[in-house]
Amino acid sequence: MEITLTHYLIVAAALFTIGVFGIFVNRKNVIIILMSIELVLLAVNVNLVAFSAYLQNIQGQIFAMLVLTVAAAEAAVGLAILVTYFRNRGGIAVEDINQMRG
Amino acid sequence: MLAAIAFYVLSIVAIASAFAVIAARNPVHSVLFLILTFFNAAGLFVLLGAEFLAMLLVVVYVGAVAVLFLFVVMMLDVDFTELRQGFLSYLPAGFVVALALMGELALVASAAMSADGAPIPLAPAAPSEVTNAEAIGNVLYTDYLLVFQLAGLVLLVAMIGAIVLTLRHRPGVRKQNIAAQVGRRRADAVELKDIRPGQGLG
Repeated sequence: MEITLTHYLIVAAALFTIGVFGIFVNRKNVIIILMSIELVLLAVNVNLVAFSAYLQNIQGQIFAMLVLTVAAAEAAVGLAILVTYFRNRGGIAVEDINQMRG
Repeated sequence: MLAAIAFYVLSIVAIASAFAVIAARNPVHSVLFLILTFFNAAGLFVLLGAEFLAMLLVVVYVGAVAVLFLFVVMMLDVDFTELRQGFLSYLPAGFVVALALMGELALVASAAMSADGAPIPLAPAAPSEVTNAEAIGNVLYTDYLLVFQLAGLVLLVAMIGAIVLTLRHRPGVRKQNIAAQVGRRRADAVELKDIRPGQGLG
């Protein structure tokens, strides 16, 4: 019962799929959508680290770190936009966001 | 054997809590399940020999990002039951897409397994003097120096962007003006009146 690369790839695929599924079913709730994006990025990180361990190459972990950086920046800016939007409109319904243009 | 048990426990809890993130009725519960997912993913990273990244995941995600999410969820006074309407209407389409995606990804993963007919074992970590953090540092600060600096720039831009987005100057709010306080002189504030006895200021 040895854990192979495939096991980790399956786990990452499941996390990725759950993230995409969450974006689909929670169309109205921006906060859950942002969390789903975090799940997708986590799945990418699991893949990168799994291949880094498989190939005995540290570069995968470097890239996982960069993905982590981008994910943190994205969460910060996304939540800042959300707070501003809530302040201006009193709600966070996604359907009304197209009124932001202009 | 113990590693296999740890892998299965960590991955099953990670996937279950990831599903709870998108299925929970209360967004606060979603954030807490997100924290659980990240903890378990960090455990998987430890199993893979990426200790530094596992600690980074805990510090950055649990310590910063999840707390930020929690803060925003609790600060915004949103009626979340209203936002959950339409959950069922998007369920079939989302389910079809998720099923197709999962099937394809699993197919690719199992194809990687049976390329030469045998499962690919993860290469056992070669015993070395260099720790994981040291190995990352050796590469990150030499070959990937530019990328490292650019990552810092990304964080700086994100920080400035978040501040610019959320900063607002409300008119009519009285604030402390330190320059005015320090620049105040005695002549501006105090005046001596010579009051004659019995007459007052008149």
